[in-house]
Amino acid sequence: MWKFFHQLASPPHFYRLAAIFSPWFLAPAIALIAYGVYAGLFIAPMDYQQGDAFRIIYVHVPSAYLSMMAYMIMAISGGIGLIWRMKLAHAVAAAAAPLGAAFTFLALVTGSIWGRPMWGTWWEWGDPRLTSELILLFLYFGYMALRGAIDDTAKADKASAVLALVGIVNVVIVHFSVEWWSSLHQGQTLMKEGGPAMDPGMLYPLLAMIFGFNLLFGSLLLRRTRTEVLFRERRTRWVKEMILSPGGQS
Amino acid sequence: MELLEMGKYGAYVWTAFGLTLVVVLINEWRVRARQATVYRDIEVRIKALEEIE
Repeated sequence: MWKFFHQLASPPHFYRLAAIFSPWFLAPAIALIAYGVYAGLFIAPMDYQQGDAFRIIYVHVPSAYLSMMAYMIMAISGGIGLIWRMKLAHAVAAAAAPLGAAFTFLALVTGSIWGRPMWGTWWEWGDPRLTSELILLFLYFGYMALRGAIDDTAKADKASAVLALVGIVNVVIVHFSVEWWSSLHQGQTLMKEGGPAMDPGMLYPLLAMIFGFNLLFGSLLLRRTRTEVLFRERRTRWVKEMILSPGGQS
Repeated sequence: MELLEMGKYGAYVWTAFGLTLVVVLINEWRVRARQATVYRDIEVRIKALEEIE
């Protein structure tokens, strides 16, 4: 078992395995998302309060979920890289940042589009859920800017890992904001005591979208990390041998 | 057509879904483009070094 993990963390193995595994994430992701979009838009019953506007949930919630999960992956990978000096972990962290930023952007914008007809406003300054999610986006930008500003990869890895770890506080705030303070944003629907407060016809497409987005993220992260590993290892012997070998793995 | 109108919320629902599709596709494209660029740059450098040697 340990041997397996050790091998997995070695750059040439990871480079090879990531290419093999990423389609196995992408294919079910496409299937789940296709079902989720179709069922969410056309089959799920209309919400009695929100009408068809509630269907935005099928893109908003998975994006918002990923905005936080990507951050946790980035911060925890950075932490693992700091503690165990594992290079692959830093590569994962670096690869997760732009993906996390993209899904945070989506969560904010789809939320805003949903808020307009439901709350009568695109944006509400001072709302804890909205503001902390915006801070999350800025944390991603700050993280990427910090990485970009330091030429020495090892130093950039360390500094950005510390920033990411400190920023976890904000993810906790995003998550609990709807419970701790009064917010325009509705409370938890899925992770609730007594099970999800939703009709099964609405719930299944949502679960499919959440799993589908997770798998999609997994596939994107694997491939982004793979490129990051290749770039970091560009001066090593295995990269040279791979590229010079007939049919080197692009 | 009624199905696509989403009550009176069609513009909101379709914009949200459309934007999500665009952002996902951009991410997919960027991942592929970055891999191709990094690979090609390394390939060019390594092959140039080989020729010198």
